[in-house]
Amino acid sequence: MTTTTSRTQVTFNYLLIILCSMVAIYPLVGVFLASLYPAGTSTSPSGFALPPTFAWHNYVTAWQEGKFAASFTTSIIVAAVMVPASVVLSIIAGYAFATMRFRGSKVIFYLFILGLIIPTEATIVPLYYDVRAMGLLDTYWALILLEVSGELAFGIFWMRAAFLSAPPSLLEAARIDGASSWKTLWKIMVPFARPAILTLAVLTFADSWNEFFLALVFTINRMTAPAGLASFSGRYTTDIPLVSAGAVIVAIPILVVFIIFQREFMRGMLTGAVKG
Amino acid sequence: MDETPGALAARAGAVGSRRTKPERLPGEARRIGYLYVAPAFLLYAAFNLFPLGQGINVSFYDWDGITTGSWVGLGNYTEFFTDPAIRSGYAHVMVLMLFYSFMPIVIGLFLAAVISRIRIRGLTFFRMLLFLPLVITDVATAVAWIWMYDVDGPISTAMRWMGLGHLVPSAGWLGDFNTALPAVGVFGMWGQFGFCLILFLAGVMKIPASLYEAARVDGANAVREFFAVTLPGLRYELQVVLVLTVIGTLGTFDEIYVLTSGGPGHATTVPAYLVWQRMFLTGQVGSAAALGIILMLIVFAVTYGLNRLMEREAEA
Repeated sequence: MTTTTSRTQVTFNYLLIILCSMVAIYPLVGVFLASLYPAGTSTSPSGFALPPTFAWHNYVTAWQEGKFAASFTTSIIVAAVMVPASVVLSIIAGYAFATMRFRGSKVIFYLFILGLIIPTEATIVPLYYDVRAMGLLDTYWALILLEVSGELAFGIFWMRAAFLSAPPSLLEAARIDGASSWKTLWKIMVPFARPAILTLAVLTFADSWNEFFLALVFTINRMTAPAGLASFSGRYTTDIPLVSAGAVIVAIPILVVFIIFQREFMRGMLTGAVKG
Repeated sequence: MDETPGALAARAGAVGSRRTKPERLPGEARRIGYLYVAPAFLLYAAFNLFPLGQGINVSFYDWDGITTGSWVGLGNYTEFFTDPAIRSGYAHVMVLMLFYSFMPIVIGLFLAAVISRIRIRGLTFFRMLLFLPLVITDVATAVAWIWMYDVDGPISTAMRWMGLGHLVPSAGWLGDFNTALPAVGVFGMWGQFGFCLILFLAGVMKIPASLYEAARVDGANAVREFFAVTLPGLRYELQVVLVLTVIGTLGTFDEIYVLTSGGPGHATTVPAYLVWQRMFLTGQVGSAAALGIILMLIVFAVTYGLNRLMEREAEA
């Protein structure tokens, strides 16, 4: 930044950030290379050499042995229903909290905010028996309902903040035009808040894809991708290349989404964290 | 570190919510507001608030999940002080906090202070790499670390090269009573440090350059500059990260399940794992419910305490 910054310091700083990045990705690159070693070998890949031959076939074997077709189906169905549902509910409720005044709105809002720090462990015990009583154990619905209700606290918080940042003139113009509140929401506020909504959708998808605890508790035959991986890893503990291939398979969808929506991730996690 | 990105941002939101500007008065009184809030609230009440009430109720019973339970009052809660399994669960989580919270914060602060002294080209790219450990499914990253910690894995291999082979535990780093817990900790540290670094870097860049210039005019060296300008400037980021990582650590479950299943023996059990274990494996459902409620109370207390602490610091 200043002219006094010496060349050595610049070089040193680059080396430092490169080193940090390498620490961050080494286990990920390593597990990818490990996944290409011949499966079933007794000694595991050391991580400092390329595999002797690239055993791409491990991916086919892992996909079949890990029953990933089934767990991917579950994860995709759950996410496909859960993401739009929780985003829409958050938009609607967040809009009310941001633009309307009604008795008890503050209390209700704070009840939602409380949900941000209630750990799942505090409700999981009765939830299990409730879900069982509803006959929903081991169904997509169990995961969908619980994931949606788990995301609402953040979604509403996030959408309320987004709508609060809208210029007041936007709402006034709609009011003067005599638009109903419902119409104002979808025709004016939602287009305005598009970036925030996209960010929310991306983060919600990430949460849904990565969900493990709920799947572990509520499903047996309808495991999500992470739960499927955990069970696969438990059954094939000694076959590191094969289990590694499974890990890569499960990581790929979230990796792709992250690369495509990098800006949204950064915005969500940094401004969400810093601006509040 | 079983924080998924949304959950993290959400927790951050909870911390930050106290800091939002004075609220703009929302439009006129509209009873229709109830209709907008109702669908979300019903779902939230049915699957969060109502079970919470049920959980509190169940926690007063000795119940195996099958037969009728018997009322034990606070019996499940006094266990917290007498049951060695619970005590060691919390002891483990305290150790993990060093790795999940304290060390990533210290490392992140140090690196951010050093790195931010120059403009880094390609920061977006580095940020992406640094974010990966947090973004990728933690079951998948845990599987990667099972390999990292294997007797023949990269860590052991590197140590053998350095002539430290005798230090490699014969059961692997995750299978040894002495190394399993720190090994889980290092996994969590790996997951958190990039996030801390990125957050602090973003924070440092918002500190006005004039403050640094003033410090330099006063003849402050790098260390003085750090304590006089950088650290106070990052107070808010620090508060967020502290609350996030501490709450996150208290709820640690995924990596324990995948990496060690609480073992070897009980060397890596944590409160959340005990809840799951008592509920599904040992049929101590009432006790599991009480443990969940206790965990929640601790999370509330910690969140409140840390926020108060940081705010008092801000005033001082």
